[in-house]
Amino acid sequence: MTPSTIELPVSADDYRIARYAAAAIALTVAEAALPSPLPGIKPGLANIIVLVVLVRYGWRDAAWVSLLRVVAGSLVIGQFLAPGFFLALAGAVCSLGVLALAQHLPPRLFGPVSISVLAAFAHIGGQIALARIWLVPHDGVFYLLPLFATAALLFGIINGLVAARLLAIPVAIPVAAAPAENPAP
Amino acid sequence: MTERIPDGLREMLAQATGAGHLPWRTLLKPGDWLLLVCAAAVVAASYPLLWRGGVADRAIVKRDGQLVTELALNVARKYEVTGAIGTTVIEVQPGRARVLSDPGPRQYCVQQGWLTRANAVAICAPNHVTLQLSGRGGKNTSYDTLNY
Repeated sequence: MTPSTIELPVSADDYRIARYAAAAIALTVAEAALPSPLPGIKPGLANIIVLVVLVRYGWRDAAWVSLLRVVAGSLVIGQFLAPGFFLALAGAVCSLGVLALAQHLPPRLFGPVSISVLAAFAHIGGQIALARIWLVPHDGVFYLLPLFATAALLFGIINGLVAARLLAIPVAIPVAAAPAENPAP
Repeated sequence: MTERIPDGLREMLAQATGAGHLPWRTLLKPGDWLLLVCAAAVVAASYPLLWRGGVADRAIVKRDGQLVTELALNVARKYEVTGAIGTTVIEVQPGRARVLSDPGPRQYCVQQGWLTRANAVAICAPNHVTLQLSGRGGKNTSYDTLNY
């Protein structure tokens, strides 16, 4: 009758991912309270966190944060396994696929804004593809594509700028973002 | 009130909003500008590409389900069809068409007014005449008819 204790080793990586995922989930929940003119048009603020994690710690961490955000965020707002959850998941998976490629863009020419805009388009693409295959099996969904693409461009730029600004702030704990100390204005 | 904010957070806020910070545009690199211009062009092009499906370019006139004529919607003209009980007059103007007059007793197809969208249809049942608009390429053949 000895109580068995299972000790799960927790690494520094786990803490870091959990911390960023928590921030992303908080943004998802905050965003769920915002009214939207059209279902599917959302700022996607959690993607700011994914971008920061991608640039600082690489694609693997970004994928963890993004997928944890989708699953846990949907649990918190009561959307788990609802259609919106699968749309978010499709968007997240597509944008992670694009992020895997976009992170290899030459950093001298392309900043977080480019990556953010590409990921935003991938997000919309994944969502609309799933909607066409599963939810609305009719070409009529493509009628909304220009509006979604406009929103993706707009919010992609804004999120990218916010991420770029956050990345310009030097990190205190790990020694990752070294060269971004305010270059003389 | 500012004293209540923990030091670390105040520092972060100061850095995020702080004076002497880099202006936003310095966060964009040359490739970013290029990509943004390309993306904006693609988005702008997607509007006419995906939204022109509803634009009609031909009027199809049928009697007893048989094609009588197809009228291009680029020049104004009138067209007369003789049906079961008399003559129906179709009027075409650039981008739209209507049934101008019809011998039918209730005049439904006349009162429908101008048709502007592809696949819109006006049916003059007593005279066995229909007027239907058709879009380019006949792409929307999955609809039988659209009505508003």
